[in-house]
Amino acid sequence: MVKFSDEKLKKVDEIVARYPDGKQKSALLPILHLAQDEFGGWLSVDVMDYVASLLKLEPIEVYEVATFYSMYNLKPVGRYIFEVCQTGPCMIQGSDNIVDYIKRKLGIGVGETTPDGLFTLKTVECLGACGYAPMMQLGKFFREHLTPEKVDAIIEECRQTAATNN
Amino acid sequence: MGRKLLLDKANVPGIRGYEVYRREGGYAAAEKALKNMTPDQVTDEVKKSGLRGRGGAGFPTGMKWSFLAKPEGVPRHLVCNADESEPGTFKDRYLMEFLPHLLIEGLLVSSYALGSKATYIYIRGEYAWIPDILEQAIAEAKANGWLGKNILGTGFDCEIYVHRGAGAYICGEETALIESLEGKRGNPRIKPPFPAVKGVWDRPTVVNNVETLAAVVPILNIGGEEYAKIGVGKSTGTKLISACGNINKPGVFEIDMTISVEEFIYSDEYCGGIANGKRLKACIPGGSSVPILPANLLLKTVKGETRKMNYESLSDGGFPKGSMMGSGGFIVLDEDQCVVKHTLTLARFYRHESCGQCSPCREGTGWMEKILKNIETGKGKKSDIDLLWDIQRKIEGNTICPLGDAAAWPVAAAIRHFRDEFEWHVDNPQECLVRNYGLAHYADPLEVVTPA
Repeated sequence: MVKFSDEKLKKVDEIVARYPDGKQKSALLPILHLAQDEFGGWLSVDVMDYVASLLKLEPIEVYEVATFYSMYNLKPVGRYIFEVCQTGPCMIQGSDNIVDYIKRKLGIGVGETTPDGLFTLKTVECLGACGYAPMMQLGKFFREHLTPEKVDAIIEECRQTAATNN
Repeated sequence: MGRKLLLDKANVPGIRGYEVYRREGGYAAAEKALKNMTPDQVTDEVKKSGLRGRGGAGFPTGMKWSFLAKPEGVPRHLVCNADESEPGTFKDRYLMEFLPHLLIEGLLVSSYALGSKATYIYIRGEYAWIPDILEQAIAEAKANGWLGKNILGTGFDCEIYVHRGAGAYICGEETALIESLEGKRGNPRIKPPFPAVKGVWDRPTVVNNVETLAAVVPILNIGGEEYAKIGVGKSTGTKLISACGNINKPGVFEIDMTISVEEFIYSDEYCGGIANGKRLKACIPGGSSVPILPANLLLKTVKGETRKMNYESLSDGGFPKGSMMGSGGFIVLDEDQCVVKHTLTLARFYRHESCGQCSPCREGTGWMEKILKNIETGKGKKSDIDLLWDIQRKIEGNTICPLGDAAAWPVAAAIRHFRDEFEWHVDNPQECLVRNYGLAHYADPLEVVTPA
């Protein structure tokens, strides 16, 4: 059974309170972020149904939103998601080479996850770091001015973090 | 050195925190507005400043504020558009990351002018670390009596909330943003009714860009008339430009709008010239949606005048021979860049970001991407170029929101100015896979061919 901890439920109330009474649907995007972070990095139907019940919405109201926004994952993903920008300004600075390098290094294609479940590779559209290209999003933060060496270091860093936390 | 009004304190150590911001003169504008001015006087000051929306459309901010309906007993809202997503644009991120209190102060003054007691910052989801910075600044402002109930004993109440989006360029369009803030898909609304009458939760709403709202602070500090003296014509004040691409010093610059494009690209104060000693081929001066210009039309207008970094000069020549200030996302391409491939990445961007409501945009963006992909990979036909022209024309003006236009313009401008490069791809299907067309004649002052 999917359920937030008491602490997270308090956070849910806090978010809902930002909007006028009866407009709790406005909290949907922030709560879906919270749910995705809490329940394994993606939104299963169970999770979406749970969010619907929390906000007193019909499940379809949650599904239609979750499928619209690109940051919600609708299937399981790796622990670390490399989201490499490939729009014009990043392309000029060689984002294609970075994507190719990651593919070779991890042995996966775009949209795939490594068999150990650690890494997923995604290509994304402009993330607003055009002056610091090429770049990718990794979790909450941006990794900018990417080079193959930097990518190596990031992969190593993720492996280390995963090993320490297990 | 041009005058700096927004970033003048950006390098002061600790300016992100309340203490230093306040010590450096922060919240003086808020104090002045709330203690000594009526809301209408604040709006008048913004009107006098000539400030134009910094998100891309360039609509006069004071006028937008004056359209806000004020029916009795209905709450009104100010919403800050921090959904910065236009390729090439990363100025709002800089402001929020390094000068959060400048934005909070601007929001407070603007909320006072508009009577918004609950103000929202809608920030793009990918800027995932910035809400913490903003919420910290909001908490500090509140602890020091600048937010909450009865601010400065004036009886004015105001709260500011951060609302995170989840990855959708379309939510930068104000009615899509409002839908998203209501917890829905970001489908733009048909206007009218305009948000000023019926916005978020059907209440009167003003949506302004981050930089616009930050600019309200210096306007109050120096006065609207003084602000209007900076710059030229209807391009008053200063503008943030985020520069990227093949330049030596990518980054965010504050300019007063009298400098020339040439100075902006080549002077060490700004972009520092083209990287690696290459030559300039083309530039998209205002974010990916605005027309790309070849070097010969970028530095000088078609009349042979020096092109300046302001609203009027950048659009001099109209769409056939000019471009737009847009959001200030300045993308520079050197002689080694392929315009076809660059245009393809933009077409892919718009296909990905189309909300799918209107058929011309939903179908047209995908179709343009496919054709461009064919041309780029040597599988195109001559007739494809005319087909692309035809498709973009049928998207433009035929959609609910401007995303359709934004998708059409880059393709139109690329064909208009670089048609020979497209044709070269078609004629040399093998060669185009291994090398780029190069500079060709684009740096020469040739007459520009406009397709019929």
